[in-house]
Amino acid sequence: MARVGVFVCFCGANIADFVDVPTVVEEAKKIRDVKFAIDYKYMCSDPGQQMIRDAIVQHRLTSIVVAACSPRMHEKTFRKALSDAGMNPYLLECANIREHSSWVHQKDKKGATDKAGDLVRMAVAKSIANEQLHEISVPVTKRALVIGGGIAGIQAALDIADARIPVTLVERSPSIGGRMSQLDETFPTLDCSQCILTPKMVDVASHPYIELIPYSEVIELDGYVGNYKAKIRKKASYVNFKTCTGCGACSQKCPVKVPNEYNMGIDKRKAIYTPFPQAVPNKPVIDAEHCTYLLKGKCGICAKVCEKGSIDYKMVDEVIEREIGAVVVATGYDLWDATPYEEYGVGRYKDIINSLEFERMVSANGPTGGVPVRPSDGKVPKTVVFIKCVGSRDKAKGIEFCSKICCMYTAKHAILLHHKVHDSRAYIFYMDIRAAGKGYEEFVNRAQVETGAVYLRGRVSKIYQKGDKLMVRGEDGQLGQEVEVEADLVVLATAVIPDKGNPALARLLGISYDKYGYLSEAHPKLRPVETAKAGIFLAGCTQAPKDIPETVAQASACAAKVCGLFAGDTIKKDPMVSTVSKEFCSGCQNCVKVCPYQAIVTEDIPLGHGAKEMRTVAKINEGVCQGCGSCVAICRSMAINLAGFTDPQIINEIVAI
Amino acid sequence: MEAESKDKIVSIEKPELIAPPDWKPVIMGILCNWCSYAGSDLTGTSRTQYPPNIRIIRVPCSSRVDPWFIIKALQTTADGVLISGCHPGDCHYISGNYYARRRFLVTKELLKMVGFHGHRVQFSWVSAAEGAKFAQVVKKVTDDVVKLGPLHLYKKENFNR
Repeated sequence: MARVGVFVCFCGANIADFVDVPTVVEEAKKIRDVKFAIDYKYMCSDPGQQMIRDAIVQHRLTSIVVAACSPRMHEKTFRKALSDAGMNPYLLECANIREHSSWVHQKDKKGATDKAGDLVRMAVAKSIANEQLHEISVPVTKRALVIGGGIAGIQAALDIADARIPVTLVERSPSIGGRMSQLDETFPTLDCSQCILTPKMVDVASHPYIELIPYSEVIELDGYVGNYKAKIRKKASYVNFKTCTGCGACSQKCPVKVPNEYNMGIDKRKAIYTPFPQAVPNKPVIDAEHCTYLLKGKCGICAKVCEKGSIDYKMVDEVIEREIGAVVVATGYDLWDATPYEEYGVGRYKDIINSLEFERMVSANGPTGGVPVRPSDGKVPKTVVFIKCVGSRDKAKGIEFCSKICCMYTAKHAILLHHKVHDSRAYIFYMDIRAAGKGYEEFVNRAQVETGAVYLRGRVSKIYQKGDKLMVRGEDGQLGQEVEVEADLVVLATAVIPDKGNPALARLLGISYDKYGYLSEAHPKLRPVETAKAGIFLAGCTQAPKDIPETVAQASACAAKVCGLFAGDTIKKDPMVSTVSKEFCSGCQNCVKVCPYQAIVTEDIPLGHGAKEMRTVAKINEGVCQGCGSCVAICRSMAINLAGFTDPQIINEIVAI
Repeated sequence: MEAESKDKIVSIEKPELIAPPDWKPVIMGILCNWCSYAGSDLTGTSRTQYPPNIRIIRVPCSSRVDPWFIIKALQTTADGVLISGCHPGDCHYISGNYYARRRFLVTKELLKMVGFHGHRVQFSWVSAAEGAKFAQVVKKVTDDVVKLGPLHLYKKENFNR
């Protein structure tokens, strides 16, 4: 016989103003199995919890219903109160009478009170079918996998490795460094990006706890938190890194020229190349798509000039397996292709470039030696128009979000332009200036005062060619009139979008992503670095547009989470997992097909007691199971049940009113 | 929702039942924990108002919803059922909402074949950020069910029970 205790919360005035709490208590007392019901001003406070603890002992209660806020809010709090009183914490049920009643029916007190009564009845009915559950502990493999070797991945890897936890860092391109290595100087202090980044890159390569696998991609991830198994495909570099000294003779002699990704295609690189002089590892790779020898079997110059004989044309892709306990995803960002802005003539006019191209040009190690030039004729531009929010905050172009960093880097570009071309002038079309951050507002002011950059609040309506100039027509919202600027060069601050590979990677890892391809965090405010899948964390622009300080902060937060996860030898897992009643299982294996986590396998058991014949039944790995319940609903023999959400529990709820 | 356009089976239930004046419909809402339940919590936190007829049950994922639950609800007290899950592609459990969608379409056709009106069981996608949308969905379902009238009268007339 169940003995249920019902505890109804006033939540100050939040519930009590719109739900008649004493009536709910009286209604609760009428339910057959309810042996104790009481209300209190704040159930979650210590005296409130003490009431629960006392009542459990005094009234020998077998399950508890707390009618208060959403279980997503305080379920854990009340569970703890139960276990403090020596009761199994999973015998608790929450009736959500705040978010689901008092707050949404503020004009109908009777309706809200009736509904609260029903919600309590449902929770009581469910709680009667509750069973004692126990947290599952699973062992942990103490090694982290970091995907992406930009500043986010580098920071996360270094922080984790400094805690003496081995890290495997996987980078897709031949060198780590990412987008930050392409930048010239960084706002708001104008530190040289290379000067602050390259020492960290070297640290990664030399750290005893970091295994750096460049030029490779994660192709498979199996398992569950603490026990993942990753397959990494190491692309053939055709260069033996062990013997290569990085002298560069091969790149010098290679006759094939390919647009240079590192310089945003402004200049050419060779088919055997190191992405940039400070690359880590500083070893060349052969680009198999463009190498004449690999394509046609002729040439072979690099092999001839290599004194060490490090070139190996027969090298093939290699698959490396690693057992890991946690994953940090740091795949970074890309710039949106502004071609849909037909009115700007993107793609038609050579002298319209995006901000990363401009960044490469003003960079000291860039293709033009640090001086911006017009792509059309190579002349140094005197008047440069910067257009912000190209793509971002433009619903018509499909991107509603603010890319966050453009306001700041455009101010930086104005300053850099002034430093490189003293008699130049920058015109900046903007919608708003969003300069929230330490020293940011001052930096934008500096750009305006120091360089004389002209900030025009308004959108550009059209760009057209006139002679060798580009005419930029827009509006100056503050003067309320149309303006036209004769520009030598136009720089578009296009929207920051996530890496194109994100959706595929998300599917591979089993995490979710939003409509833009940004990977989703578990909670936008309270769990910003975790994903919904335990043991997978997000750092940097893979989650949302971010500047460098924020990226570094998030990467360090990931490291803290990973270290926390690895602090013990085992980790605790929610017991809400599916279980199979073997006697009922018919072995149809529908559950195996629907399980999104491959948590269900089959096993053979004797047909009967002591029988020699075998039959196949399903078996669930409770470490892998995430408790979605797909298998429960698909099971035609009703042999599977999901702890915490069993058929009897839900049916009890349904028939309770 | 998609089921409406592909109406192959015409249900026999006609919205002509005269409801007693004190009748209030009961809608059973079965919501997935990660999107729709969180969305309904957001409706609360943002104080968006909706009719108090819905009784919400939390399940981990819309794929946990067995057609049995829907039938049981209609058999007992519910005049209508709302199932809500994450948007396609957004499922916390990767693919659960796709199973739910398929299963639900079949269930709905089955119920229509038995004679129920299609509006008695509805399905929606509500994300954790769509508090206002949840209120709209509940309003719509409640309005639809109010138009159809009490289910127990219909059952009495047609099944003699």
